Amino acid sequence: MSPVNDPIQVSLLGLPGLAVLWVLTAVAFGIFGFRASQLIRLMMKGRPENRFDRLGARVVHVMRNVLLQPRMFNERSIGLAHFLIFWGFCVYVACFMWGLLRALVPVLPIPYPDEVPLAVLFLDVFGVIVLLGLVTAAVRRAFFAPPHLHLSLDANLILLWIGALMLSTLFGGAFRLVAEGAAAGAGAAASPWQPFSSPLAPLVSGVGEGAHGWAKAMWWVHTFGVLGFLVYLPYSKHLHLMASPFNVFFGNLRAPGDLTIAGASEESAAGAAKWEEFTWKQLLGGLSCAECGRCDRACPATTSGFPLEPQQIIQKLKKHMMETGLGKPGKETSALLGGAVTEAEVWACTTCMSCMERCAVLNEQIPTILQMRRHLVSEGAVEKTLQDMLANLNRYGNSFGKSDRMRAKWTQPLAAKPKDSRKEPVEYLWYVGDYASFDPRLEDITRKTAEILQQAGVDFGLLYEGERNAGNDVRRVGEEGLFEMLREKNAQVLAKAQFQTVVTTDPHTYNTLKNEYAWDGRAVTVLHYTELLDRLLAQGRLPLKKRLAGRVTYHDPCYLGRYNGVYDPPRRVLTALGLELVEMPRNRNRSYCCGAGGGRIWMEDVPGIKERPAESRVREAAGLAGVETLVVSCPKDIAMFRDAVKTTDNEGKIAVKDLAELVWEAMQG
Amino acid sequence: MANGILILAEHLKGEVADITYEMLGAGRALADELKAPLHVAVIGPGAGAVTKGLGLADAVFTVDTPGAEVPAASTVAAVLQGLLAQKQDALVMVGWTNLAMGVGSVLSARADLPFVNFGKALRVEGGAVTVTSQLFGGKILSDVRLADGRGIIGVSAGAFPADAGRSDKAPTVEAVAVAVEAPPIQFVRFLEPEAGDVDITKQNVLVAVGRGIQTQDNISLAEELAEALGGAVCGSRPVVDQGWMPMSRQVGKSGMTVKPRLYLALGISGAPEHVEGMQNSQTIVAVNTDANAPIFDVARYGVCQDVLDLVPVLTEKIKARKG
Amino acid sequence: MNLFVLLKTVPDTVEELSVAADGKSLDAEWLRFKLGDADEHALEQALLLKEKHGGKVTVVAMDAPELDEALFMAYAKGADRVAKLTGELAGVQSLASARLFAAFLKQQGDPLPADTLVLVRSQAIDDLEGEIGPFLADLLGVPYIGVVTGVVPEGAGVKVTKEFAGGLRGEFSLPMPAVLGIQSAEKPPRYVPIAKVRAAMKSSTLETVDVTPEAPARVEVEKLYKPEAAGRAEMIEGSPEEVADRLVELLANQSLI
Repeated sequence: MSPVNDPIQVSLLGLPGLAVLWVLTAVAFGIFGFRASQLIRLMMKGRPENRFDRLGARVVHVMRNVLLQPRMFNERSIGLAHFLIFWGFCVYVACFMWGLLRALVPVLPIPYPDEVPLAVLFLDVFGVIVLLGLVTAAVRRAFFAPPHLHLSLDANLILLWIGALMLSTLFGGAFRLVAEGAAAGAGAAASPWQPFSSPLAPLVSGVGEGAHGWAKAMWWVHTFGVLGFLVYLPYSKHLHLMASPFNVFFGNLRAPGDLTIAGASEESAAGAAKWEEFTWKQLLGGLSCAECGRCDRACPATTSGFPLEPQQIIQKLKKHMMETGLGKPGKETSALLGGAVTEAEVWACTTCMSCMERCAVLNEQIPTILQMRRHLVSEGAVEKTLQDMLANLNRYGNSFGKSDRMRAKWTQPLAAKPKDSRKEPVEYLWYVGDYASFDPRLEDITRKTAEILQQAGVDFGLLYEGERNAGNDVRRVGEEGLFEMLREKNAQVLAKAQFQTVVTTDPHTYNTLKNEYAWDGRAVTVLHYTELLDRLLAQGRLPLKKRLAGRVTYHDPCYLGRYNGVYDPPRRVLTALGLELVEMPRNRNRSYCCGAGGGRIWMEDVPGIKERPAESRVREAAGLAGVETLVVSCPKDIAMFRDAVKTTDNEGKIAVKDLAELVWEAMQG
Repeated sequence: MANGILILAEHLKGEVADITYEMLGAGRALADELKAPLHVAVIGPGAGAVTKGLGLADAVFTVDTPGAEVPAASTVAAVLQGLLAQKQDALVMVGWTNLAMGVGSVLSARADLPFVNFGKALRVEGGAVTVTSQLFGGKILSDVRLADGRGIIGVSAGAFPADAGRSDKAPTVEAVAVAVEAPPIQFVRFLEPEAGDVDITKQNVLVAVGRGIQTQDNISLAEELAEALGGAVCGSRPVVDQGWMPMSRQVGKSGMTVKPRLYLALGISGAPEHVEGMQNSQTIVAVNTDANAPIFDVARYGVCQDVLDLVPVLTEKIKARKG
Repeated sequence: MNLFVLLKTVPDTVEELSVAADGKSLDAEWLRFKLGDADEHALEQALLLKEKHGGKVTVVAMDAPELDEALFMAYAKGADRVAKLTGELAGVQSLASARLFAAFLKQQGDPLPADTLVLVRSQAIDDLEGEIGPFLADLLGVPYIGVVTGVVPEGAGVKVTKEFAGGLRGEFSLPMPAVLGIQSAEKPPRYVPIAKVRAAMKSSTLETVDVTPEAPARVEVEKLYKPEAAGRAEMIEGSPEEVADRLVELLANQSLI
């Protein structure tokens, strides 16, 4: 490149451009490096968690979730814009680094990107695409901001900043065309490689001979801008841009329903209150959060007016880490995150998985919240009702405080007593669960389920009083020790039983048996009863006697749907019964939690909330034209929704039925 | 031979408590059958003035004790021991009440007498008294025979009708001096109950909740029912101990004694401590999942169902009925 | 403060209680034991006193079925020392057990240190022979007060709140050492996570003290039985709907509605 075009051949404030560039680059990378190492050192103070396994899968994970960004497209208004800005940014960063290297080391036998037509084309096109994306983002922020999007000055500044970088490139291109034209003694030139900066060139052709200088100026503006950005970025919310790819790479590759504690030491089972007690990966989550509010918008607790916003949990953890980790250590306190998080926030979570399902940077809000629950439990800071439940679970193996000998009392009216799988081999071991066994409101449904299996000729058995609560929700209220105890006791009973497949009534039970039980290394298939019914149907083994008529809607239980991806079997069964299935607006992985999960069903209602999650859900179902039945497949849903039908005055308008009730009905002549 | 029956009168703030009359009625019957004298001991500062309605006794002994208003259990026991020796009594009846708690045990240790607590029924068999006690929260009964006629019986409040023991006849009163050591326990003052929003002793209809209600949230079900019936909600000790209700709503031994026209016991097992506070209600309806719950022994109507199932339906029907 | 808590397990009434073939005892096969409610409160009150005023909590219990778990739980909750009296203890009732406890306590100091407070349940559901507290106090020659719901140290003694009836309570002051029968602690018993109980099981040992009970039971049960069905409530059966209809009718007949 001729000196007249080479941007490094300038004198700035009397200093040679090359020297200035070296100093600037060193300062910018120095500050960036300092900040990065500071943040990495902070994270390394967190508790250990092995996220270095399955490296191949992790690479694939990054390719999918960072390069393709499927989660961004969950919200259409911003999905495409973000995707384009991201890719444009990647192109620009690559070209910038290339140009910077060339400028710093003039002897390198490589051209500037500006000299390579394909690169020029990319920069030109992506510059405009990114600008369009930025305008979309700015308009959204200014006029259509969704709730819980953090509208910070920071974010606006960054939009402007990136815009300036794009414009400096585009105008740089335009000035070069003007200079080229001037050299040829003509007006501004045009280039097929610069489809967007070519039309700009005539607008700035007035500078004439000075265009070379202007082009160089644009280069320097751009370079200042990018180096400044490099410094600013790790101090802003745009840190997510650097941190989130790592956050995704080190993301959780196990089933989301497996809450096995990282580290698994006694220390980590005691949970976390101070930032260093969280795992390094949970700390990385704070650095990765883009403050987009997707989690809050999906959260049933936030929506209902509970004092919880998952985004705030992540943000408060980050703030607490930054303040006490980098600043003053703060007072020694056992309060959550130095008092930034209240107990009520932590207990409000229903562990419905909506936040994590939606999070664009794959943060792990629920495990982070659970760390704090574990801490509260280990401090004994547990509300009285929950205490009683846990004491009952410890003593009787169920939350109802009933004698474990009463567990199979519901079987008494059955004409044929189910087999005892502890005494004779069965094909299916039916793990009934607490609610279906003990709640008098559910006994009838449980008996109907038994009759369906009996009439279908399924070889099944129960554990009778040997069954204990499987512990899913116990683990999710943070009582890890009790969970382990329940799991051990159940494992002992299960080891003696002879069966091939496990069937559960409760999706919560299903989740823990499927994802958190070891089964002594045996490969045990765990089915939800809706899956079993679906299989029986496919095999023609369900003796249906009549077709049911009517329009129904189906509620996906969190622990069946989002946690374990079982969406279609219950729908197939409903359709096979002859029912017309109408979907609620929030269906499948967007299903709205009933509010019972994560042990919430064992806790007191929070006073002053807007609308209980179950009420919101029942209104949603009742609002569907012609739908008179809300079908559920979780015992807790029966309890929650039947109550909500009353409190929302929807009695007579919509009935809550278990899928098993409908199947049973269709089996009657 | 010593064979008299000595009843420890219970009194607070100058008033004789019902348990005293209950024991008097039952004691009179025993004394007549055993052909034994029936004595009442009124113990405490100013005991001489507290003899109202004690006419069924053959003799009332009043013993003034030093110190402030409420004497310690050990002081009362010491006085009783002195009286036993002086008055040739063999059988002592004390209330199984908070006030008399401790008296029976101390006397039992010092006078070497067997003590049978939780007494619910008394009968004479072959010249000796047999005591039926309620154990394990009323779920099991036991019979103990005081073979040699000597012993102490702790009588549950509400075991016998108080009216049968109240008499207008002026009793024969004798002031007796019994020397006791000054007790190391000092009564300081009464702590009056905090006035509640509702006086449950004045309600016609009470909806009472016990452990079976499971959570505080569910109390609203009982409140709705009470509202439909035009009554108030009260509870058993566990519910009040949980802090789900103020103490002013507690029915039973430490709480209130109520006699409404209708008492609906929801999820209450019927431990003796609770039953003594509500058994004189006109109509008792009990709802409990345990068919063997002792509450069904005092209830007129029983329902063996889960409260959470029945109550909402019942509330609706009552509202519908009332229009 | 030098705090002692005496604990005892009682049959769990959540389980069905049935009478054994001898007609004089409960059928052991179906029995399960747990700490009585008031025992839990006595322990809690001791822990609260220790937290507020310092001192040491020693838990003592006579060996019994399912006792160890309760004792480890006491450790996990914050007890400093846990001792178990072992020996031929079947059928030992209140007075006899009071003698054993009194002997144990006297071994800890005779006379007991002036800041000793012994906390024991006010009463258990099977204290047929009377509550243990007064027996124990008499044997130790110290004052006793029962049905206590609050304890505050005051000078060389304590100020306690005792429940009467009808919500009326009384305040008493008494010198230490003393025995208190706790009805309920100032706060509901705390929750202790299972992990801590398990850790206590691993890291701590229960001190055992061999004892020989002397006094025979003074109260001999002639017969144990379930309440008879006679005089029981008229049971209304059916679905909740049917039951509610019938109840409404009955109440209306008595003009209660």
